[in-house]
Amino acid sequence: METFFDFFSFRDPNVRYVVLGSILLTSSSAIVGSFTFLKKKALVGDAVAHAVLPGVCLAFLLHGTKNPFILIAGAFATGWLSLVLIDIIVAKSKLKEDTAIGLILSVFFGIGILLLTMIQHSGNAAQSGLDQFLFGKAASLVGQDLWAFAAVAITLIIVVAMFFKEFTIISFDENFAKSIGFPVRALELVLTTLTVLAVVVGIQAVGVVLMAAMLITPPAAARFWTDKIRTMIILAAIFGSLSGLTGAYISYIAPAMPTGPWIVVVITSIAFVSFFFAPVKGILYKLLRQRRIKNMMEEENILKLLYKLGEEKKDFYESRTISDITSKRGFDLSLLQSRMNKLRRQGYLNKLDQQWQLTQEGKDKGQRIVKLHRLWEVYLTKYLRIAPDHVHEDAETIEHILTPELESRLEKLLDYPELDPHQSKIPYR
Amino acid sequence: MEAFWIILAGSLVAISCGLLGCFLVLRKMAMVSDAISHAVLPGIVFAFLISGSRDSIVMLLGASLIGIFTTFLIEFFHSKGKLQADASIGVTFTWLFAMGIIFLTLFAGQVDLDADCVLHGEIAYVPIDLWITQAGDILGPRVVYIAGFMLILNVIFIVVGYKELFLTTFDPAFAGAIGISTTLWHYLLMGAVSMTTVASFEAVGAILVVALLIAPPATAYLLTEDLKKMLIITTILGAVISIAGYYLAASIDGSIAGAMSAVAGVLFAAAFLFSPKEGVLIKSIRNKSIEVEA
Repeated sequence: METFFDFFSFRDPNVRYVVLGSILLTSSSAIVGSFTFLKKKALVGDAVAHAVLPGVCLAFLLHGTKNPFILIAGAFATGWLSLVLIDIIVAKSKLKEDTAIGLILSVFFGIGILLLTMIQHSGNAAQSGLDQFLFGKAASLVGQDLWAFAAVAITLIIVVAMFFKEFTIISFDENFAKSIGFPVRALELVLTTLTVLAVVVGIQAVGVVLMAAMLITPPAAARFWTDKIRTMIILAAIFGSLSGLTGAYISYIAPAMPTGPWIVVVITSIAFVSFFFAPVKGILYKLLRQRRIKNMMEEENILKLLYKLGEEKKDFYESRTISDITSKRGFDLSLLQSRMNKLRRQGYLNKLDQQWQLTQEGKDKGQRIVKLHRLWEVYLTKYLRIAPDHVHEDAETIEHILTPELESRLEKLLDYPELDPHQSKIPYR
Repeated sequence: MEAFWIILAGSLVAISCGLLGCFLVLRKMAMVSDAISHAVLPGIVFAFLISGSRDSIVMLLGASLIGIFTTFLIEFFHSKGKLQADASIGVTFTWLFAMGIIFLTLFAGQVDLDADCVLHGEIAYVPIDLWITQAGDILGPRVVYIAGFMLILNVIFIVVGYKELFLTTFDPAFAGAIGISTTLWHYLLMGAVSMTTVASFEAVGAILVVALLIAPPATAYLLTEDLKKMLIITTILGAVISIAGYYLAASIDGSIAGAMSAVAGVLFAAAFLFSPKEGVLIKSIRNKSIEVEA
């Protein structure tokens, strides 16, 4: 607990640096990743992330030191090259994008591993720490490194802010952007460059293997909370920063731990919460809504059935037994009881010693459903020329959906017909 | 002799991966295999903790379950959460892989695996890791047996299920019409990929196995359009990659698995440029000669 307060009081300048650095790195990749996510090119980021490894190793081999600018330059070169090669493979051969991405990703990474192991076996003392590019180490973000990576991260954020409108348009509708005279190719180039740069700086915190998560997961999580691109990007940046902060903390309390995996686990937890619990788009919300609609339809079906029984027996308010109801239509018995109890609480039914009776409200509601069903059957036969024996199924669904506005327009359009195609009387109030 | 065992193990792994990879490339599922190869890591660590060894049938079966779970999860977020397919893959496998690395560091004392092995395997140790029976007979390197067993399983799977795999790959609608379940064969294939990934894990690691799954079939696909020929070419490529990879690694003192991926990349580049039918250079030369004739 003590270390917790030590860390979050930010008294230690080293802690301040590391926190600042991790937040900058993770939020800038989340911001850039939002556009690749919207362009449905999320996995390209994965390829770039793996492809920077040979660049880092080559830069080290050629220059012999771990100067951050040299390493960034090397990473940038091979990251870029991988994207160009993917484009060429897709354009010039019958191979599809997924194969091209997987191929370039694994081959570049293999070459990177080959070079890295070669450097490690060479006994060069300066190489220690080069393998931190694999899984990331936020704690090593100090001094010169921090300023180098922070400068790139800030540049990224500024460029995105400058070209925000342009990037938005090319992400959603490239053809529209072309038609209004946007330099689409140049903008794509800028966006690609930004993606590579985001990967190059992000790997310091999360490492090449898991970098893809920093580009993909924050926007994917943010997408569940909003439809507005501005809000989405800000949310993605916040989610990214939160995970970056946690990563820095883990790195502080457990220096032996690589930070990348922890950052990824935190951001993925945020994403899972979003997937399941976000209002409107969340999986749970959708399931609940489906169930609500299903319950509503079943309840309306019960009232409809009681109304029809009343029609047959010429008495709507007579009491009926459960078996009267189930003889007409198959209901799940256990659910039927609880649904009818609910209808009673809502004032649509009365219960008199194991018998059920419609109230005035219940009769009106059942009558409306029956009316809508029959009106819709008339509409389908009259306007869409569908045979009368094919219209029942469709009307079974639409009767629960039609709004009062549509109801009155339907009545006017059909001019209050008396009978439906099966010669049943349409009940008006 | 050492070189022989390493090359043999490498070839067996490369051929196993390549044969399954043919179907993955044709089904446009290359990235799903990338996801599976990353996602089995936590399963491997746990199986290790429970069984204490890495060559049990339990581990292979457990791994195929995790692979199928991964495929299911990707599908679930895509269909129920309306998350776009590429993001669904990216979120799922990075999460599982990150968990795997964390377990690995947490249980470092109990698990005889390290991050290096995860990344590029330990194929160089194949010859010293021998399978010794209780009677004391030395039967040769353990990994060779595992890889050989896996290759036999894969060959049986492809030979027995050839018609079903062929139809569900090229014409899922027709396959469905004659009563072949596309879903069943999809998950069977994913299970096979997961098991192969785990069996290859020690030799080449979780990421480079992707190179062996995708690069040889992609190369073969540029050379032929006949599935049977594609499978044969992939087999030959697997052996070539293993041999050339070994000597490349030996000459510059680097990782053998890394060198195998690099060779796979070079072979692909060669096919991409010079394939008689599809090669980019060949095509441009042919176009020029047509212009001259005209």
